[in-house]
Amino acid sequence: MKEKEYRMASAARGALLFMRGVPNVALGDRVVVRDHQGRKRNGQVIRTSQDVVLVQVFEGTDDLDLQRTWVRFLEQPFELPLSPDILGRIFNGVGEARDDRPPIVSRLTRNVNGSAVNPASRSYPREFIQTGISTIDGLNSLVRGQKLPIFSGSGLPHNRLAAQIVRQAKLPGEEADFAIVFAAMGVSYADARFFEEEFESSGVLSNVVMFVNLADDPPMERLILPRTALTAAEYLAFDLDRHVLVVITDMTHYAEALREVATAKGDVPARKGYPGYLYSDLAEIYERAGRIHDRHGSITMMPVLSMPSDDITHPIPDLTGYITEGQIVLGRDLHNQGVYPPVHVPPSLSRLMKDGVGKDYTREDHPRVASQLYAGYTRALEARNLASIIGAEELSERDRRYLSFADAFEKRFVGQGEDEDRSIIETLDNAWDLLSILPPEALSRVTEADLAKYHKWETGSPD
Amino acid sequence: MGEIIEINGPIVTVQLPAVRNGEQVRIGAIGLLGEVIGLDGERAVVQVYESTESVKPGETAEALGHPLSVELGPGLLGQIFDGVQRPLPVIMEQSGDHIARGLAVPALDRARSWPFEPRGDLSAGDAISGGAVLGEVQETATIRQRILVPPGIKGELVEHAPAGEYTVDQVIARVRDTQGHIHKLRLYHRWPVRRARPYRARVHAADSLLTGQRILDTFFPLLKGGKAAVPGPFGAGKTVVQQQIARWSNADIVLYVGCGERGNELVDILETFPQLTDPYTGRSLMERTLLVANTSNMPVVAREASIYVGVTMAEYFRDQGYDVVMVADSTSRWAEALREVAGRLGQMPVEEGYPAYLASRLAAFYERAGRVETLAGEQGSVTLIGAVSPPGGDFSEPVTSHTKEIVRTFWALSKELADARHYPAVGWDESFSGYVDIAARWWAEQIDPSWAERRTQALNLLAHADELGRIVNLVGPEALSQEQRWVLEGAALVKEGVLQQSALDPVDSYCSPEKQFALLDLVLKVYEQGRELLRLGVPVEQISRLPVMGSVRRAKSAYPSDRVDELKAVDREVREAFDPIRMEYSAAEEKTA
Ligand SMILES: Nc1ncnc2c1ncn2[C@@H]1O[C@H](COP(=O)(O)OP(=O)(O)OP(=O)(O)O)[C@@H](O)[C@H]1O
Ligand SMILES: [Mg+2]
Repeated sequence: MKEKEYRMASAARGALLFMRGVPNVALGDRVVVRDHQGRKRNGQVIRTSQDVVLVQVFEGTDDLDLQRTWVRFLEQPFELPLSPDILGRIFNGVGEARDDRPPIVSRLTRNVNGSAVNPASRSYPREFIQTGISTIDGLNSLVRGQKLPIFSGSGLPHNRLAAQIVRQAKLPGEEADFAIVFAAMGVSYADARFFEEEFESSGVLSNVVMFVNLADDPPMERLILPRTALTAAEYLAFDLDRHVLVVITDMTHYAEALREVATAKGDVPARKGYPGYLYSDLAEIYERAGRIHDRHGSITMMPVLSMPSDDITHPIPDLTGYITEGQIVLGRDLHNQGVYPPVHVPPSLSRLMKDGVGKDYTREDHPRVASQLYAGYTRALEARNLASIIGAEELSERDRRYLSFADAFEKRFVGQGEDEDRSIIETLDNAWDLLSILPPEALSRVTEADLAKYHKWETGSPD
Repeated sequence: MGEIIEINGPIVTVQLPAVRNGEQVRIGAIGLLGEVIGLDGERAVVQVYESTESVKPGETAEALGHPLSVELGPGLLGQIFDGVQRPLPVIMEQSGDHIARGLAVPALDRARSWPFEPRGDLSAGDAISGGAVLGEVQETATIRQRILVPPGIKGELVEHAPAGEYTVDQVIARVRDTQGHIHKLRLYHRWPVRRARPYRARVHAADSLLTGQRILDTFFPLLKGGKAAVPGPFGAGKTVVQQQIARWSNADIVLYVGCGERGNELVDILETFPQLTDPYTGRSLMERTLLVANTSNMPVVAREASIYVGVTMAEYFRDQGYDVVMVADSTSRWAEALREVAGRLGQMPVEEGYPAYLASRLAAFYERAGRVETLAGEQGSVTLIGAVSPPGGDFSEPVTSHTKEIVRTFWALSKELADARHYPAVGWDESFSGYVDIAARWWAEQIDPSWAERRTQALNLLAHADELGRIVNLVGPEALSQEQRWVLEGAALVKEGVLQQSALDPVDSYCSPEKQFALLDLVLKVYEQGRELLRLGVPVEQISRLPVMGSVRRAKSAYPSDRVDELKAVDREVREAFDPIRMEYSAAEEKTA
C-alpha cells in the first residue's frame, strides 16, 4: 500500500480531509497529500474505520480540488531522523530542513509522539540552575529537569527574558553546558530573527536546534512542532547525555491550533471553546521534561505563553499552571514603570525550589529569605493599596517602612539589567539589604540566627 | 474473536458478539487492554487504557471474560501501580524508561513467598464465609495482612494449610459450598473494582483523623471514615496538603492515588517516604503506603479506572480491620476522563461538557468512604480525601460544586493566601467541617476541655478582622479604634503563629495535637492580655513592637512536638514583657484618678 495513492477524498473541512473506502489504515499514520499542481502536504490519520478515514492536514486543505487530490499512506507514524548533526540546524514543524541545507540522514528515527516516561524511572530534579535573575534564582529557583513556563502578555519582554536566561543559565561553579532546543510557533519573523541573532552573538549557535513555524506558516503544523522538538530534546538528553534547555514559544498559538481542529471535528468544548482534552494534550508535551534514573542528561523546559487579555484564568495559562512545576508571571504594571524584567512576584512560583536550594545548593538561609520576601512584599502591597486611598502621610510608621520596602524591592531586586548576571549570593545579600528596611519582630519567616547573622536593623525613619 | 471496526482516540468500536458490558477486552495485534462501556447489537464500544496509535481497523479483539478487577493479597504495600494495577517497577524492568504498550503484568509478584500463619482456632469442618480471616502474613514490620475468605464464598472448611512459606498462587485453604463445589483459596483473591466490597454494617465515625496540620485538625477536622475535599487553583497547595496527610496522619494504611498529575510528585514520594519515619510506629513510612499512578501524560482512560483501583485496595485493607486513608490527586482529572469518554460517545453534555451522570458518579465514589463493621466482625475505615482542580480557580464549576454537596469536610484553598505564601492556604471563610462536634469530644477528653471554645474564639477573631479589613480598605486605619486595631494584630498572630505551617520546616511540618492546642492557647492569651493593656490606655503600637511578639510568632518553629512544656513557658515570657507596661500605665491611671 505504501506505493499506492488514493484519490478518494470525499470531503474537506478546515484542516480535515475525509477519505472513503480506504481499508485498514492505522491511527496516527503519516500521510502525504499531493494536490492538482503536484505540491505536497503532510498529514496524519486522526480517526479511522473501515468506511471513513479522517486525515489532519498540517498545511490545511485550502485550494484542494478533491477530484485531483492524491493521498498516500506511508504506513508509519511521524518520525524524526536523529543524529548529532541536528545541532546548529533549523527545521520546520515536521522536521524538514528550513535552512537550505541537506536533510538529516540517519538510521535512527523516533516517533515524535514519544511515549510516557514511567514514573518509577524518573528521578527527582534538584540541581539549582543559576539564571542570574534575582526574581527567579532568589524567589522561584529553577532546577535541572524542571518545566517552568513564562506567563506573559502581548508587548511584554518575554523574549528578551527567555534569551537572557538562555545566555546566563548555568550550574554555579560549572561552565554553561546546555544544549538548546528552540521551538517557535506562530512567532513573527522579527522575533525568530531576534533569537537567532541572540544565539549567534552569544556563540551558542552550534549548540542549538531550532524548530520554527512563523506566523504566516501553516498553523496546523504547530500541532506537531513541539512534539518534534521534544523528540530532538530527548535524543540530546538521553542518548547524548546533554543537559538540554527547551524554550517553546508561544504555547498560546499551539492551543489555538488545537481548538481549531477540535471545532472542525465537532469535539465537545469545555471552556472558551477549547476541547476538554486540552489538559491531557498539553501534559503530553510538558511532561516530557525531567530527569531519568541513570541518565546523565536532563530536559529543562521553559515554555512561553501569552495570556489572552492578560487573564491568568484563561484556559491556556490555567491548564499550563496545573501541569508545570510553577510559573514566572510577567506584569504589565511593572513593565509600564520601566522595570525589567517585569516579574510579577506574588503569582510566580517554583514548586521544585524546595529541594534545589539551601545549604547544599545555594545558601542555608535561602528558603526562609524567599518566604520572608514574599510575606513582606504582600504586606507592602497592602500598605501601598492603603496609601492610594488615604495618602502615604496617613500611614503608620510601620506601614511607611513597608512602602519603602516595596519601592526598593521593585527597583533593586526585581529590576536588573538585561546584561546583569547576578550570582545567587549577590541576590541573597541584596535580599537582606531590603529586609533590613523592616524591623526584626516583623520578620517571622526567618530564624533568630538568620537575623543575627544577616539583618542590619537600624532604627530611625524609613526615608 | 472479534474485529476492530473503528478507532477514535481511546474509544474503539469492535464487532464482538456476546461480550458483556464492563468486560475486559484485548485489542489489536499489540494486545491493548480495554473495557466494554457500551453495546449496540453485535458491536461493542471499548475504552482502551493505553494509546491506540498504530492500531488498524480489521485487527482482532478478544473478550477476556471478566471485568476490571484487582489482585488483593500480600505484596501490595510499598508498591507503585499504574491505573490498572500493573506494578510500574516491573514494567520498567520489561520496557525500560518509557512505558511500552500491551504488557500483561500481574499486580502481585508470583515468585515471592510469604510466611503464612494460619489462624489457630480454625480447623477442617468449621463453617466459614466471606470476609473471615484464614490467617496472617507479616507483610512489613508494622503491617500484618489478614488473609480473608473472598466475599461471596460460604461453606465448610475442608482444608487449612499449616504455617509455612507460600507464594500468592499457592492454595492455603479449600472450602466446600452447599452445592458441594470446592473453592481453592489462595493468599490473594481478585475483586472487580467498580463494585464496593461488602461489610456487615456501617458504624458512626467517631475518631479524629489527625494529620498534624493545625488548620486541618484544629479548625476543620476530619474523622476516620469521613470524606473530604481539597479544592483550589493551581499552585495553591492541594498536593502538599495531601502529601502531608500521607506523611503524618494517624492511619494504618495510606493509599496515594496520583490521578492525572505530575510524574515528579510521585517520584518525590518514592524518594522521600522510605527515609521518613512514621511518627506513630517509628518505622519507615513506605511500609504503610501504596501508590497508584496515572500521571497526566499517561492514557486518559486508565485515569478513570485508577480511582476505583485505589479505593478497592483501600476497602480490602479496611476489611482486615485497618484504618485506611486514600488521597486522590486530582478528582478533577478523573471527572475530565469521564467527560472525554462521554464526548467521544456522543453523549449529551450538560455543563461545561460534562455528562449528566457526573454528580451521581462522584457521589457513588465518595460513598465508598466510611467506618464499618467488617464481615469478620472487626472495625475498619476508609477515609477519602479528593483534591479538586477547578478551572480558573472557579468553585462554581461542576466538579467543585457537586463535590461540595457530597463531602463533609471542605478545605478550600485560596489563591490570595497562596500568593502571600500563607501555607497551608486553607481559607477560614470558605472551608467547613461537619465533624466539629464529634471531634470536640475527642479533643476535650484527650487534650483540653476548652478546645471547642478556643477554636471558636480564634475563628471569630479571624472573621472580625476580615470585616475590619474591609473597613480599612474603604476609609483607612484611622477610622479604627485601638480595640479594633488590636483585633487586626490578634488575627495576624493567629495566622502567623498558628495557621501558617510550613511543610518544609523540619520542626513544624508535623504538629502534635498537644502542640496545636498549646499554640492556639498561647496566641489567644496574648490577645486577651493585650486587650487588658489597651484598657489601661497602652497604644497598640507599643505592644506590637515588643520583641516577645516575634517569639510568639516563631514559637511553632522553635519548639518541636516533644517539647510542648517549653512552649507553654512562652506564655510566661509574654507576661514578663507585658507586666512592666501594665504597672507603668496602672500607676499613671491611679495618679490621674
Ligand atoms: N504547607 C506548605 N508549606 C510549604 N510550602 C507549601 C505548602 N503548601 C504549598 N506550598 C508551596 O506551594 C507549592 C504548590 O503547592 P502544590 O503543588 O501542592 O499545589 P497544587 O494545588 O497541588 O497545584 P496543582 O493543582 O497545579 O497541582 C508547593 O510546591 C510549595 O512550594
Ligand atoms: Mg497538585
